[in-house]
Amino acid sequence: MRVKDLATCELFNIVTLPDGEREIDGVYIGDLLSWVMGRAQSGNAWITIMSNINILAVASLSDTSCIILAEGVTVDEEVKKTAIEKEINIISTNMDIFSTAVYLNEVI
Amino acid sequence: MKELSLNILDITENSVKAGATLTEICIDESDETIILTITDNGHGMTDETLKTVLNPFYTTRTTRKVGMGLPLLKLACEQTGGSLEIFSKHIDDFPNEHGTTVKTMFCKNHIDCAPLGDVVETIKTLIQGHPDTDFLFTHNFTNGKVLLDTRELRVVLDGVPLNTYEVIKWIEEYLKEQYSEIQKA
Repeated sequence: MRVKDLATCELFNIVTLPDGEREIDGVYIGDLLSWVMGRAQSGNAWITIMSNINILAVASLSDTSCIILAEGVTVDEEVKKTAIEKEINIISTNMDIFSTAVYLNEVI
Repeated sequence: MKELSLNILDITENSVKAGATLTEICIDESDETIILTITDNGHGMTDETLKTVLNPFYTTRTTRKVGMGLPLLKLACEQTGGSLEIFSKHIDDFPNEHGTTVKTMFCKNHIDCAPLGDVVETIKTLIQGHPDTDFLFTHNFTNGKVLLDTRELRVVLDGVPLNTYEVIKWIEEYLKEQYSEIQKA
């Protein structure tokens, strides 16, 4: 499944989508950024509730296909701007982390 | 980092790379806060560099485009209601008193405060990895302190490298002994 296919599902919202064609390959879940940095795999959709600018660097280093902000978390304008600059996809959902993971397990 | 002491290794690595001959690691622990200060006499940073070090997309490494040590440490402090400050004097502007200080404050009773972790193991690893530079380690408690100065060790050892197995073993015992004295007090 491509990131843009997930982003356009009813349960998700597009925050930034500079690289919507990117294929989602697996899922990683985590909020301790230093931990995620060493473990998320290239292509993973990364589900988190963290929203500061550091998540972009982690996504960039781990080469995740997108960041999924769960539980209704939002990011500020600076993060959005940098995400577009660094070509990082961010989508958001009001689902909790578990429901997001279960949903992804069914669709990807 | 799951433990605060791992940050000591990370930040001190920058000090050694900056050519520091002495790096001071000081932990001040009270009932409410942990203040971790790392001060080195390395070549320091220019104001321009200083402005970028908290940006997660900056790094001194050339192999990757982002450097996460300081940004993640700052986040770890702020998540507990604490703070991070950096001061630096570049060698070009301050030829006689250059170096960098990173000062972090953690509110240790905050639920998101990571545990301090194994400080003895951290100091051991540090000395083992950098036997030719000096470290001054102090851990202050309200009822006492733990101290290790590799400059003093060097004088006594008279040329025996600090990363010799027996020396490292001795350092471990020496630190553990001081910690247990404080626990007893």
